[in-house]
Amino acid sequence: MTEPILNVEDLSVRISGLHILQGVSFTVAPTGVTVLLGRNGVGKTTTLRAIVGLTPPAGEVRGTIRMGAQSLLARPTHRLVRGGLGYVPEDRCVFAGLTVAENLRLAERRGVSPAYDKVFALFPELDRRGRQRAGSLSGGQQQMLAIGRVLLNDNRLLLVDEPTKGLAPKVVTEVAEVLERVAESVPVLLVEQNLAVVRRLARDAVVLAAGKVAWTGDAQELLLETALTRSLLGVGSGESQHPAEPGRAAAGKDGH
Amino acid sequence: MGTVILLTLTGLGLAALYFLVASGLSLVFGLADVLNFAHGLFLGVGAYATWWAAANLPGAGSDGFGFVLAVVFGVAAGTLVAVLVELVLIRPLYSRTIEQVLVTVGLSLAGVALLQATWGADARPFPRPDWTRQVTGILGAQVPNGGLLLIIAAVLVLGALLAFLRWTRYGLVIRAGVENREMVTALGIDVRKAFTLVFAIGGAAAALAGALGGVYFGTVSPGQGGSLLIFAFIVVVIGGMGSVVGSAYAAVAVGLLQQFVNYYGPSGLGDVCVVGLLAVVLLLRPQGIAGKVATA
Repeated sequence: MTEPILNVEDLSVRISGLHILQGVSFTVAPTGVTVLLGRNGVGKTTTLRAIVGLTPPAGEVRGTIRMGAQSLLARPTHRLVRGGLGYVPEDRCVFAGLTVAENLRLAERRGVSPAYDKVFALFPELDRRGRQRAGSLSGGQQQMLAIGRVLLNDNRLLLVDEPTKGLAPKVVTEVAEVLERVAESVPVLLVEQNLAVVRRLARDAVVLAAGKVAWTGDAQELLLETALTRSLLGVGSGESQHPAEPGRAAAGKDGH
Repeated sequence: MGTVILLTLTGLGLAALYFLVASGLSLVFGLADVLNFAHGLFLGVGAYATWWAAANLPGAGSDGFGFVLAVVFGVAAGTLVAVLVELVLIRPLYSRTIEQVLVTVGLSLAGVALLQATWGADARPFPRPDWTRQVTGILGAQVPNGGLLLIIAAVLVLGALLAFLRWTRYGLVIRAGVENREMVTALGIDVRKAFTLVFAIGGAAAALAGALGGVYFGTVSPGQGGSLLIFAFIVVVIGGMGSVVGSAYAAVAVGLLQQFVNYYGPSGLGDVCVVGLLAVVLLLRPQGIAGKVATA
């Protein structure tokens, strides 16, 4: 059996007195997409942020996180990222006041040739909109920028947090296609609420419930078990976890 | 007409002084979220180091190239102190706001006490070139050259800061960091280096304000930095945290308002009006004129 690229053991995170993660353990395979699932507020984003060292200073993190043989805990975020841990945050977090080109240039590293060819091949629109302020891009374009920014450098593992949130269905498909292509060359730990995207991309799944791991295994098997997905995620396997989310209704306009 | 021109240009001179102090303060707060009450100390160090260098540093003096050398020494001293303050006192306290405030307030008080203990509490005559004591006739107004020097210096600093923010890699990092510091680190950038850099820039600008403020006022005293800092904070809040251009606009508004109201109204009313302007801006536009963006 191949060694996992990421090994999380007994991870606990406490922030402002709240015990958000309580002894979470899971692994991420060295290839393909591993999806982190769970209802809202169970600690999915907290898990990704703990891995990349972005737990708030007032927070307390315990446990072990290893990428290959390297321990990640207590290392500053910028070093983890330079070590090959790419992070695409929830809500994109592009720099709205900077242009698209400046957002990309920010991700360049001294002595490393940035992979603009690869990024522009995946997202030709970023090349055309280089001088446009990122804040004036649509939600879908901002998501492409957020992903493109990370892909400028080589990564050993990508952490991607809800990349399709608030996007129009057509853009969701485009983002899923890109992640599928990206996952051919680099493993991805994905937080995703859209089960159609999960079905398309994910090989392995980790389900969190109340700050603990409730289920791990084959993602496709999980999605076939309607009763299981309903009990773990609160929805049937054919639905999104937040079908009534207001942003989705308006996403057709915003998202493209 | 001559009076209006004179009040406008002296008001702009005052605005230039406020801008030099406020621009660094604004960048430090915008990027690092540090409310630096010790910023006035950098001004004091710049002023006293220039004053000391003019009398003691070989080659320096109160006129010509010697004065330029004294000012360069003063700016270097202010920059060095700012960098040391960031590295030694502020860096261990990032994200601990209360402790930062306590440390910077304590440092500003200790700094004033140290200057007093070393050179006395009384104001001392500031060495300055003869031409800065003279006036220049502009549209019928006799404008002090010291004020014009401040305006020119502030315009040059504004241009240099904007060029730095717009065209350099660190400028890009600072602009991005003012928007979202966490995301900058998530792109693999050690944002702490940018913190040190903005402290250095802020310290240099404040020290320059100290040196040129000495020329403008004709004296240097330990409490000068503290009293200017109050108005600099008002300028930062009106201009918008993290905005250099906003600080420039706000400094002009505050300087002109103070100068005109103090001339045409009872003395001191100008300061009250500045506080009134601050209140109006906070009510109508709490993020300030330019919000939290480092260039616009």
